[in-house]
Amino acid sequence: MPPIIEMRGITKRFGALTANDGIDFSIEPGEIHALLGENGAGKSTLMKILYGLYQPDAGEIRINGQPVRLTSPAEAIVSGIGFVSQHFALVPKFTVAENVVLGHEGSRTLHPTAMSTTVMETAASLRLLIDVNAIVGRLSVGEQQRVEILKALYRDCKVLIMDEPTAVLAPGDIAALFDILRVLQGRGMSVIIITHKLDEVFAISQRVTVLRLGKVVGEVRTQDSTPAALAQMMVGRQTVTVARNTDHRRQDAVKLDVRDLRLTDKRGGLRLRGLSLEVRGGEIVGVAGVAGNGQSELVSVLTGMAAPDSGSVTVGGAPLPFRDPKAVSRLKVARIPEDRLKGVIGDLSVQDNLMLESVEDFTRMGHLDRARIRANAEALIRAFQIKAAPTDLARTLSGGNIQKIILARSLGHAPEVVIAAQPTRGLDIGATEYVHQKLLEQKERGAAILLISEDLEEILLLSDRILVIYEGRIAGTFAAQDAQIDQIGALMTGAHPHA
Amino acid sequence: MLNLKIERGPAPLWLRPLIPVIAVVVTFALVSVLILWAGASPFDAVYQLLINPLTRTSARADILMMATPILLTGVAVAVAFVCGYYNIGAEGQLYAGAIFAAWVGVNAEGLPPVVAIGLMLIAGFLAGMLWALLPALLKSWLSVDEVVTTLLLNSVMLFIVSALLNGPWRDPVSGWPQSPTIALNAQFPVIIARSRVHLGFIVAVVVALAVWWMLARTRFGLELRAIGKNREAAQFLGIPVRRRVLAAALISGGIAGLAGVGEVGGIHYYLIGSLSPGFGYTGIIVATLGALTMPGVMLSALFLALINRGAISANRELDVPVYLSDVIQAALLLVTLAVLLLNRYRIRWGR
Repeated sequence: MPPIIEMRGITKRFGALTANDGIDFSIEPGEIHALLGENGAGKSTLMKILYGLYQPDAGEIRINGQPVRLTSPAEAIVSGIGFVSQHFALVPKFTVAENVVLGHEGSRTLHPTAMSTTVMETAASLRLLIDVNAIVGRLSVGEQQRVEILKALYRDCKVLIMDEPTAVLAPGDIAALFDILRVLQGRGMSVIIITHKLDEVFAISQRVTVLRLGKVVGEVRTQDSTPAALAQMMVGRQTVTVARNTDHRRQDAVKLDVRDLRLTDKRGGLRLRGLSLEVRGGEIVGVAGVAGNGQSELVSVLTGMAAPDSGSVTVGGAPLPFRDPKAVSRLKVARIPEDRLKGVIGDLSVQDNLMLESVEDFTRMGHLDRARIRANAEALIRAFQIKAAPTDLARTLSGGNIQKIILARSLGHAPEVVIAAQPTRGLDIGATEYVHQKLLEQKERGAAILLISEDLEEILLLSDRILVIYEGRIAGTFAAQDAQIDQIGALMTGAHPHA
Repeated sequence: MLNLKIERGPAPLWLRPLIPVIAVVVTFALVSVLILWAGASPFDAVYQLLINPLTRTSARADILMMATPILLTGVAVAVAFVCGYYNIGAEGQLYAGAIFAAWVGVNAEGLPPVVAIGLMLIAGFLAGMLWALLPALLKSWLSVDEVVTTLLLNSVMLFIVSALLNGPWRDPVSGWPQSPTIALNAQFPVIIARSRVHLGFIVAVVVALAVWWMLARTRFGLELRAIGKNREAAQFLGIPVRRRVLAAALISGGIAGLAGVGEVGGIHYYLIGSLSPGFGYTGIIVATLGALTMPGVMLSALFLALINRGAISANRELDVPVYLSDVIQAALLLVTLAVLLLNRYRIRWGR
C-alpha cells in the first residue's frame, strides 16, 4: 500500500537555526508511528508543518500520492489531518459536545439535542467513554484529551497527530489512551505520536522515526529495535549514564517538618487536607501523584507563596513564615518552582536573575554593586555550565539553561532544604541528567530534598523514600528498595493497595 | 498568490531601535491626508513642522520651554508604567501640584527666592503624591483597577480647581477665575536670555537623569523593572511587590506634580483652569514613544515639543489649523502601540 502521507526533503529555518533539515517522513495507513527525539530535535516543527501551521522553506508533502500545499490548519483538517496539542484548545465553560462541534457547526443555527446526539454517536462508534453533555472545565486532564481526540475524529480525520500526549497523564490514563489509539488503528486510521519516552515507543508503535538536531537519524520497525539502540540514536552518544540514588542508609536529623497542612483555594475547594511529611538531612523524599492532587498548593506553601488555613512547617526547628518568599530563602531553603518561567524574569539579564533572590547582598545603600553582580554571575555560570553570557536576556536561553539559572541561584549557596517541584519538566535527556546529578550532590552534602514530580520514573530513580499524594494528603509511603510501581500507581489514583 | 504571514516570534534585534522611527514615518504618512485636505502640501507642512523651528533661535528656545511639562509628565508616567502600574492620572496630579505651588507662591512674600522656589517644588511634589495616593492604596489593598480610578480622578481634580478659582481664590483685583499672582521672589528665573525657558527645564532634566540612574543602578529600580516584566516571578524572588508598586505610584504622582509647579512658577505665575492643555495625557504618549526608557523619554519629549512649535509655524505659513499637532500626537500614540506589536511578531512575505 502507498503511504497515506509522505513528506520529502522538508527544510525549515528559523533565523540561523535549521529546525528541520531535509527530512523525509512517511506514514502508512493504519499504523501507529512514533516520532522520537530530544527536545529541540525538530519533532514539533515537522508536525506543525504537516498541520499547516508553518510553511516549509523547501520540500514537498504528498497525501495519497498527490502533492499538496497546506497553508493553514483548516486545509490540513480538510485533508484529513488532526492534531492534538499538549495545550488543549478547549472552551472550559462549554460542554463536550459544544467543544467538539465548535468551528465545524455545518449550519448557522444549532440544535443542541441533535448536536449532542451526533457527537455521542461519533464517540460511541469509536468506543470513547465520555459524557458529551459534561462541562469541559470539570473534566480531568485525561478526559479533556479524549475530547480533543473526539474533536479530530468528528472532523473525519484519517491521520491523528498527538504531541507528547502522555506528558499530562497518570499511569492509568496512559493505558486508557493507548487502548483508544489501538481502536482507532483498528478502524484503519493512522496515528503519529510525538514523544521522547522510549517505553511508550515500544508500548504502542509499529514504526519509529528518530530525529536529532533537525535530521532523521533512523527509521526502523519498532520490533526490530531495542531501547538502547533508540536511545543512542536519539542522543548521539554511545552510553547514556543514568544518575541513580543507590545509597539509602543515611539518616540525619529531620530538617523539613510539615505538620497537618490544610488549605482551601479561592473557590472554596479543599486542596490540602491535613498533609504531613518530614525530610531528613541527606535524604531525597519523592512525592508522586497525578497532577492536581495538591502538589501545586504544597509547593506554594513551602516556597513562601501561599499561606495554609492551618498547620505548621519548620525548617531545622525554626518555624517557616508563610507568604514571605524572602524569609523562606533566608532560612536556606532552595526553591525550584514548578513553572520555571515564574522563577526567572525573561526580560532581565542572566546576571540580574542570578542575584535577584538575594539582592540585598549586592546592594550598598540601595545602589547596585555591578562588579559584584558580574563576578557572582561569572562564578555561577562557570560552576553550573550555563551556556550564556552574564548580560544575555534570560529568555533567549534554552529551557535547560533557564533551569540551570534557577539551580545555580538556589543551590549555589549551600542550602539546608531543597524544594524541587517538577525540576525536569520539558527538559531533554542531557539537561534532565544534569538536574538529577545536582540533586544527588545536594543529598551528599546533607541537604534535605523534597522532590515533587509527576514523572514517576524520576521519583523512582532519585528517592530514598516515596510518598504518594492523593486529594491533598499523603496516601502512602514506600521505602525506595521495596517500592512497587503498581501499588504506587493504585494509590495515585485513589485505590487502596492490596497489602 | 502573494501571501502575508504573521508569525509569533521576537523581532530581529536591528529592528527594535527603528520602531519609534517607523511609527513617526507612518504617522506622517497618515496625517498627510489631512494636510492635503486642509489645502497645503504635505512636504511644506513637514518642513514647517519638523525643520523650520530648528532654524531659528527663538523657536529653538520655545521647544525647550514646551518640552518642560511633558518631559516631567512623561517621566512620571514611565516610572509607573515600568512596574506595570498604569497611572493615567498625571493630568490630575499635575493640577494638584499646581494648586499647592500657587498657594505657597502667593504666600511666599519676603522669602529668599531659593527658599520660596524650593518650598514650591516640595509642596508640588507632595501634592502630586497625595493625589496619587488614593488610587494607589485602592490598587494595593483591594486590587481596584488603577486605570479607571486615576483617569476619573482627573475630572474630579478639574472640578476642584474650578471650584477654587470661582470661589475662595478668584482674583480679587480682576474678578477673573484665576488665582492671585504669586510673589515675585517665587517666580522661576529665566535660564536663557530673551526666552521663556525657565528653571523648570533644568528641574525636568535633573529629574529625568535621577530616574534614569534609579532605574538602571539602584535596587529599587531593578525591582520595579522585575515587577513590570514578570510580576509572579518577582514575587517568587522575594520582592515586596505591593510596597514597590505603591512607592512607584507615589513617585509618579509627585513628578507629575512638579510639572504643575513649573507651569505656575515659570509660565503663568498664577493658577488657571486652562493651565494644562492635557500635558498629563501627552505624558503617556511621551513615555510610550520613548519605550519607557529615560533617554527615549527625553528625546520624545523634545520631539513632541518640536511638533507643537512646528504646528504654530505651519499655521502661520500654510494656514493649517494648530490642532494639527494634537492630531499628530494622538495618531502617533496609536501608531506606536500598533508598531510595538512588531516586537512580538514577525511578518513574512510568502508565495
